[in-house]
Amino acid sequence: MSLNNADVRKVARLARLAMSETEIETARSQLSGIFALIAEMQAVDTKGIAPMSHAQDVSQRLREDVVTETNQRELFQSIAPQVEAGLYLVPQVIE
Amino acid sequence: MINASIKQLSAALAAKTISSVELTQLYLDRIASLNPELNAYITVQPEVSLAQARVADARLVAGNAEALTGIPIAQKDIFCAKGWLTTCGSKMLHNFVSPYDAHVIARFNDAGAVNLGKTNMDEFAMGSSNETSHYGPVKNPWDQARVPGGSSGGSACAIAARLCAAATGTDTGGSIRQPASLCGISGLKPTYGVVSRYGMIAFASSLDQAGPMARSAEDLALLLNAMAGFDERDSTSLQRDKEDYARDLAKPLSGLRIGLPKEFFAEGLSGDVAQAVETAIAEYRKLGATVVEISLPNSKLSVPVYYVLAPAEASSNLSRFDGVRYGYRAPEYGDLADMYEKSRAQGFGAEVKRRIMIGTYVLSHGYYDAYYLQAQKIRRLIAQDFTEAFKQCDVIMGPTAPSTAFKLGEKGDDPVQMYLSDIYTIAVNLAGLPGMSIPCGFGVNNMPVGLQIIGNYFGEARMLNAAHQYQLATDWHSRAPQLGQV
Repeated sequence: MSLNNADVRKVARLARLAMSETEIETARSQLSGIFALIAEMQAVDTKGIAPMSHAQDVSQRLREDVVTETNQRELFQSIAPQVEAGLYLVPQVIE
Repeated sequence: MINASIKQLSAALAAKTISSVELTQLYLDRIASLNPELNAYITVQPEVSLAQARVADARLVAGNAEALTGIPIAQKDIFCAKGWLTTCGSKMLHNFVSPYDAHVIARFNDAGAVNLGKTNMDEFAMGSSNETSHYGPVKNPWDQARVPGGSSGGSACAIAARLCAAATGTDTGGSIRQPASLCGISGLKPTYGVVSRYGMIAFASSLDQAGPMARSAEDLALLLNAMAGFDERDSTSLQRDKEDYARDLAKPLSGLRIGLPKEFFAEGLSGDVAQAVETAIAEYRKLGATVVEISLPNSKLSVPVYYVLAPAEASSNLSRFDGVRYGYRAPEYGDLADMYEKSRAQGFGAEVKRRIMIGTYVLSHGYYDAYYLQAQKIRRLIAQDFTEAFKQCDVIMGPTAPSTAFKLGEKGDDPVQMYLSDIYTIAVNLAGLPGMSIPCGFGVNNMPVGLQIIGNYFGEARMLNAAHQYQLATDWHSRAPQLGQV
């Protein structure tokens, strides 16, 4: 299959990646090559085969619903781009 | 001393022939001298390492040392280590000083090992040449015009160049085994779930597995003993009885059944690699092993399947990097969405963005069944091939990589060519099996060749036995590149 620039633009938007028109063109060409490689899968008959999402067939463990983490807000926020009064700052989202 | 095994170093430390501080300083001096060229390390903190060495020396004096106490070990920069810059090879984490320790780091700290520094890697472990690192490519110490492999290329280079006693790596599609092969060292990817992923920056969670890299199988066994074990903080960590991975090293190989997948010796394999691997198999016959041809008919599909599943998981895992809580934030932006888009566009490199795009696409509405679900079904077929094969053999052997180390820049423009570097390693991750690579000779241009050994689930001790017996009979693993006197 081949991708067009509109497909690439849509995927970039979904992935939250800003891209210039030149970058979209390069990405389109490289992604088309990769999807040509991936297309080899399509010919395989997988009727009746259960999808394998994981190497080990184990179920998720459950634990008691108790507090296990201590509050380390100051430590964690010391590496944040922008904080104020213990809050992470981002551009205003509510008018 | 720089060529000594962990066991020899441990004995020297116990006998006070050398102190951990002296040993650590020896490696720090080599790093200071050789790293500017090789670029194997992103971060060293000599004072922090030496402080750990002093603590180790005190432990040695007190008589409560363990096998790794005082041993200087390099950590791949994918492992969060408290107080250490942890970049994962990315600009996105250029300022991320981790506030906590990964499980693997905590295990080495508990064992009294010295953290010698953080090794360079492909950005977010996405690459097979180390050229995608934001911190510049690592050079292959055997020929600095060539790549060390990837993504654990910094660790592989550091071991080959004697810039550490041993190192850690992670392997999602071959990232321990392929650089081990290209740099002429030994590396092991355990069965999925054996080593905790806690604090290991996630790429593709259903495939990622940490493992040791070293100069011999015997060293790998000691390192794996420290790394393996249940951890409740990793939801896929396996609850199993503790095992000693060195327990079978001395066993003779008579009766060992080796399976050779015919698909691994077909078109696409370089002649020099094929010859070195065949010579290694002949050595195994001399050691008493028998050889049987096997088939992994779906293994040729492992590359396309991997390039659906791994990017799909990556696109989800890497959505956490948004410039809000840690890491890179673009200097200028408008609204919140613009801040996300610009921070991610500037913080991620080209290969990482490419994989996020592939993953986003295959998971998007209308394509999920055709790509993601189909890939998961073929993943099962690939795993079943191994189950069938292991009815006829105890271990599987073949080449680790299709060629020896290629030149820097050689595969730069074509992602698909780069992806095919992992054609023999990826199927092992998809199935969740353990695999390793050990040096087995040299190819054209005198570059190292790696022999891949694949074990059945939880067959690490058996693989290590096969590798160690080979290393007793040959000396490929003890060859070192010429790097001049330091």
